Amino acid sequence: MDKTRPDTVAAPRRFPLREVVLFAALLLAVLGVYAVMGAAYSTRMLVEAACYAILALGLTIQWGYAGQFNAGVMGFVALGGFCAMTFSVPVNEAFWGSELPGELGRVLLTMVAAALVVFGATRLDRLGVPKALRTLIAVVLAMVLYLVVINALRDVTDQIEARAGFIGGLGLPVGVGWIVGGALAGGVGYFIGRVCLGLRSDYLAIATLGIAEIIKAFLKNSDWLTRGTATVSPLPWPVPAPAEVGFTLARALYLSVTAVMIAVIFFLLTRAYYAPWGRMIRAIRDNEVSAAAMGKDINRRRLEIFVLGCILMGIGGAALASFNSLFDPQGYLPLNHTFLVLVMVILGGPGNNLGTLFGAVTVYIIWIMSGPIALYLMELAVTLGQASFGWEAPTNLDSRALQARVFVIGLLITLVLRFAPKGLLPEKVIHHG
Amino acid sequence: MNELVFFLNNVVIAGSVTGSIYAIGAVGVTLVFSIMRFAHFAHADIMTFGAFMVMLLATAFPTAGAAIGVPAALVLLPVAMALTAALAVGIDRAFYKPLRAHGVKPIVMVIASLGVTLMLQGLIRLFSGTGGQSLYVDDRKEIFRLTLPLEGVRVPVVITEPQLYLFVLTIACVVGLHLFLSRSRLGKAMRAMSDNPDLAQASGINTHTIVAVTWVIAGGLAAIAGTLLSLDVTFKPDLSFFLLLPIFAAAIVGGVGHPFGAIAGGFVVGFAETLAVFNWGVLLRPFRDSLPEWLAGAGNLAFVGTEYKIVVPFFILVAILVWRPTGIFKGKVI
Repeated sequence: MDKTRPDTVAAPRRFPLREVVLFAALLLAVLGVYAVMGAAYSTRMLVEAACYAILALGLTIQWGYAGQFNAGVMGFVALGGFCAMTFSVPVNEAFWGSELPGELGRVLLTMVAAALVVFGATRLDRLGVPKALRTLIAVVLAMVLYLVVINALRDVTDQIEARAGFIGGLGLPVGVGWIVGGALAGGVGYFIGRVCLGLRSDYLAIATLGIAEIIKAFLKNSDWLTRGTATVSPLPWPVPAPAEVGFTLARALYLSVTAVMIAVIFFLLTRAYYAPWGRMIRAIRDNEVSAAAMGKDINRRRLEIFVLGCILMGIGGAALASFNSLFDPQGYLPLNHTFLVLVMVILGGPGNNLGTLFGAVTVYIIWIMSGPIALYLMELAVTLGQASFGWEAPTNLDSRALQARVFVIGLLITLVLRFAPKGLLPEKVIHHG
Repeated sequence: MNELVFFLNNVVIAGSVTGSIYAIGAVGVTLVFSIMRFAHFAHADIMTFGAFMVMLLATAFPTAGAAIGVPAALVLLPVAMALTAALAVGIDRAFYKPLRAHGVKPIVMVIASLGVTLMLQGLIRLFSGTGGQSLYVDDRKEIFRLTLPLEGVRVPVVITEPQLYLFVLTIACVVGLHLFLSRSRLGKAMRAMSDNPDLAQASGINTHTIVAVTWVIAGGLAAIAGTLLSLDVTFKPDLSFFLLLPIFAAAIVGGVGHPFGAIAGGFVVGFAETLAVFNWGVLLRPFRDSLPEWLAGAGNLAFVGTEYKIVVPFFILVAILVWRPTGIFKGKVI
């Protein structure tokens, strides 16, 4: 057995030079941002970076630990944000005081009953009905009942929108919303995983991309649930709000909350990675067939890790929405909430939690800073252009410079894949024996 | 009868329009997959790029089409196709070829194509702004209203000029593609490589040429689809995310690797979308008097609202992946 594979075998207990250098550079960059942009702005950036780090940890266990390419992070982030909103926003008396909750409940019960009837119809073959007939009955029944339920729901939701605006929140502590956000994202992830995880990775990417868009479309158009494009704000914070203690201190407090969350998640994930469970996950990733031959339940483990990643994304999304103090379903963009997280993971090093944290903060700084830098460059070009040959520049430079971020993220993805395919802090593969 | 004409306008014509565009797009995706074995996510952005090129050219030469009476955009389309094809080949050289040479997994190529998507999107938005613009720079969009010579029909069948061009060009593309793949040497070589790359290489087919030709065809078709879509509605830089899912659904429904399956899949997805958002209550209206109260009173019998259109291709995609992963024409499984 040759052991000379310097690219994959980590020398035992060497001084972590690479990590120290990279994190020192990152610290310098953060200090640089503080010096240039001021404390309040930079602290906000760090809090957002911390929320993104939770998302990135979620993706790194899906993509890094298990090799599942989830291109729908945005959907789970939006679900988390939705829960954070629903649970923390004050109760809407106009809705709860009327008879509308009862009617909504009745429609929801009808929905459950219809689902049960359709499910029953799919089992008719057990009673001796031919399979083709059963499928026909089930499909027709599903279509008819669907139309009935959707029309009833439309009536009630129109009433809610007209009379109460939206159903409002539950007025519970913020933390409850975060936990339920994680649970909801995990639950949705479970159903998606049941359907899609048997597919090969390309299909999974396409499917999750679509699911994220569907979740967004639902949240955006369900005005009775989320106020849709009218957005809900302000969302309460788990720490004293900026109005009470000032921007910098309030954000610093929020940062400490997210930092504690990251520390806990990081600790648990690292334990899991080195535990027999983590070894099994990696074995499945590296060679599915031999892992199956060793008696591992591949589909179950894949589902487990997918749901776990989705839960983290839900929690991160909830923390992000609470911090922005705004729930705007339209503000969830594949670029900001899927691809940004993807770059964080592949730049930092998939499967390496420390690398993922490094990637999250680094990429977020690049992301935030590329807008102003592009604007500066464009203004420079315009000044030069006007001075030398009277070029008349378009007026909306600000919004265009913002688009430079899209390009920068795309460029980062391709550069990383080309020159550092394992990330800046590659996963340390341990070879036993 | 008015209801039937309404159906014709809203389902048959609208479905054929979206179907044609999805079909041309899906052909590109399926060709790239059959030669290079990865799902090319940047395809929708190459379509946008083609439309953007047409827009730039049409702004520069607004009177190019006046002499023969067609919009400038259509006359300049071949130039834009050449530019887009060059871009596609260039992207392959710069980003995909090095990865292929490394022999990476297909999913890594997918991520690389996502990177390319974002770069293209960023560049297009940087230069065009984020708003929508019409491709009819100096020309007027003709709208034909055909009144059916039947009694009691008041609603005309509405079809616009770009839609007619779209149907003509789609048929031309399909016939051209068929002749190319079945008759020409290069087309046969492409099919050979799609079946078995190693064997194709061993029998003396220059695989690099085939890859380049594939990108040229995919880029050219993408430019056509993007331009015709933008002619029909408007040019928007963020067109691509709404196209990506239907196009992949179409390619998979038709069986990945089958160009003609992709065309069929495109129409399946296009018609499914329009049928799902169509309000079936309209068709019941003539029989209002003879129907039971609860059915006649039902206001909106559309399956999904227009705002949930994106659910339809996704539903088709999942259904086909679960029940028949090879697609209707027995394609490869990605």
